[in-house]
Amino acid sequence: MGLDTKPLSTLHEISSYNVADFPVPTGREEEWRFTPLSRLRGLHDGTAEVTGSVVVEVDAAPEATVETVGREDARIGRAYVPADRVSAQAYSSFEKATVVTVPREAVTSKPIVIGVRGTGGAGAGAAYGHILIDVGPMAEAVVVLDHRGSAVYADNVEFDVAEGATLKVVSLQDWDDDAVHVSHHHARIGKDATFRSFVVTLGGDLVRLSPSVSYTAPGGDADLTGLYFADARQHLEHRLLVDHTVPKCRSNVTYKGALQGDGAHAVWIGDVIIRAEAEGTDTYELNRNLILTDGARADSVPNLEILTGEVAGAGHASASGRIDDEHIFYLQARGIPLDEARRLVVHGFFARLLEKIEVPEIRERVLSAVEAELAR
Amino acid sequence: MPTLEIRDLHVAVGDKEILRGVDLTVGAGETHAIMGPNGSGKSTLAYAVAGHPKYTITSGAVLLDGEDVLEMSVDERARAGLFLAMQYPVEVPGVSVSNFLRSAITSVRGEAPKLRQFAKDLKAGMDALSMDPAFAQRNTNEGFSGGEKKRHEILQLELLKPKIAILDETDSGLDIDALRVVSEGINRFRSGDTGVLLITHYTRILRYVKPDFVHVFAGGRIVEEGGPELAEKLEAEGYESYTKASA
Repeated sequence: MGLDTKPLSTLHEISSYNVADFPVPTGREEEWRFTPLSRLRGLHDGTAEVTGSVVVEVDAAPEATVETVGREDARIGRAYVPADRVSAQAYSSFEKATVVTVPREAVTSKPIVIGVRGTGGAGAGAAYGHILIDVGPMAEAVVVLDHRGSAVYADNVEFDVAEGATLKVVSLQDWDDDAVHVSHHHARIGKDATFRSFVVTLGGDLVRLSPSVSYTAPGGDADLTGLYFADARQHLEHRLLVDHTVPKCRSNVTYKGALQGDGAHAVWIGDVIIRAEAEGTDTYELNRNLILTDGARADSVPNLEILTGEVAGAGHASASGRIDDEHIFYLQARGIPLDEARRLVVHGFFARLLEKIEVPEIRERVLSAVEAELAR
Repeated sequence: MPTLEIRDLHVAVGDKEILRGVDLTVGAGETHAIMGPNGSGKSTLAYAVAGHPKYTITSGAVLLDGEDVLEMSVDERARAGLFLAMQYPVEVPGVSVSNFLRSAITSVRGEAPKLRQFAKDLKAGMDALSMDPAFAQRNTNEGFSGGEKKRHEILQLELLKPKIAILDETDSGLDIDALRVVSEGINRFRSGDTGVLLITHYTRILRYVKPDFVHVFAGGRIVEEGGPELAEKLEAEGYESYTKASA
């Protein structure tokens, strides 16, 4: 039996804090087959030297506390166990973790901005990190993860969203052209808690980001939204996993990407599992890719495994295609030049997603970044 | 004086010749109706003149004020003063009517309209066509009914103020109220120093928009020409005699 025919639920059953529990990937495994391993600079096989440099700085809201802690801190790894080798490598290699705590019933008065800056460049060796966002019961917080500069960086980010809490996260991957970033984002969602994730991936030689969600009690609600723009020779990979293990939870995954230039490669994997005990689950996932030029490639694989007969809703959709010539003709027939017409159509493609970014300055930055990509 | 000259135009789609030598001149202040049965090539003429990539010009010429239209890109033709109101206006997801119209006006005039003036013009234009102001914030043609799409085309016509307008079956699919509203828009437009080429299958719209000339299209060319009285003859006799003759 080939890997392709294994049930989704069994693909995700290994998780461990120990790197040695995961064999070195060869590229033939289902979870690695789209990733160009030779561009990971040794993150996956233990050959990367830990000589890189990444600086984490937090501009927190006054209601939140920020700590830098060592590996021994008991809170680390509470919400998430690494699910692949690079994740386990990062978990066993980081020296300092950043812990942001939003206390019970606190409401942050401004976004908590976590700047992650690669300062050593991609040639300087690897760096590892760990971030925990701990949102207490009934609390509400907005967090921005802002990745810039250049590095070879692997990290894990835990979002622990307690009962009745709301966490909105924007993660911006705005790296320099040569950066390599492999990251896991895991949200553990408590009873009646709400999690909103907005991922924007624009820069870097290779970015592989795996957002996952688990629920601890009924009523959890997760929206995972993503926007990416892959240019020539960029590999941007997003691997979503929503594991419905408890009844009456909701999830929605919407990722949209544009690709242009030779060797631009986007990968989207959307795995949703509805376990036998997760009755009353409501889930939908969607991926759309807009291919702007020849030589760009989008892989889009939605997987939905339903192990119960009692679902409230479950569906998925995936489509990749070129700009519709009729759209361009219509706009040009009204005098709008080709470049501007293309800009309008791409803008329109992302419009509804961009409206969902609730931090205005981030929305403006993403908007102008998309404009800059189109002007290339 | 704006003039559209179409000379011995031959147009193919793939290997199939659709237009087989069309000659037509639309002068300023003139309204020409092109009438003909389905499949006679009327829409091909409209799209070929506008520059749709599906249509290949195999020979002939199209001139606007003496300038070679066929050398121009689609957007250059529009900026030179050609307008095509489409039979099936295209839905453009995520691009609001307001944003679309402002981009189009900016391109055609060569400068962005003042925001306040634009809002005023847009509102006046929509009022005149009995359009709900909420349309300005909706995505271009998305979820519009047939009649709403046609009003939106005429709104563009009035805002962009081209020299020559080609209206491709603008009357199709309209109820009588919408037909009247749309016809009034066309009449406002042609009260200027402009030319109109009105393509239609039915004579109904010609009661509201009176043509100066009527051309009957069959088999990819004009087979008969005359004044408004020709439309009345078609109303009475239909296209049968022409389709037989061209077959």
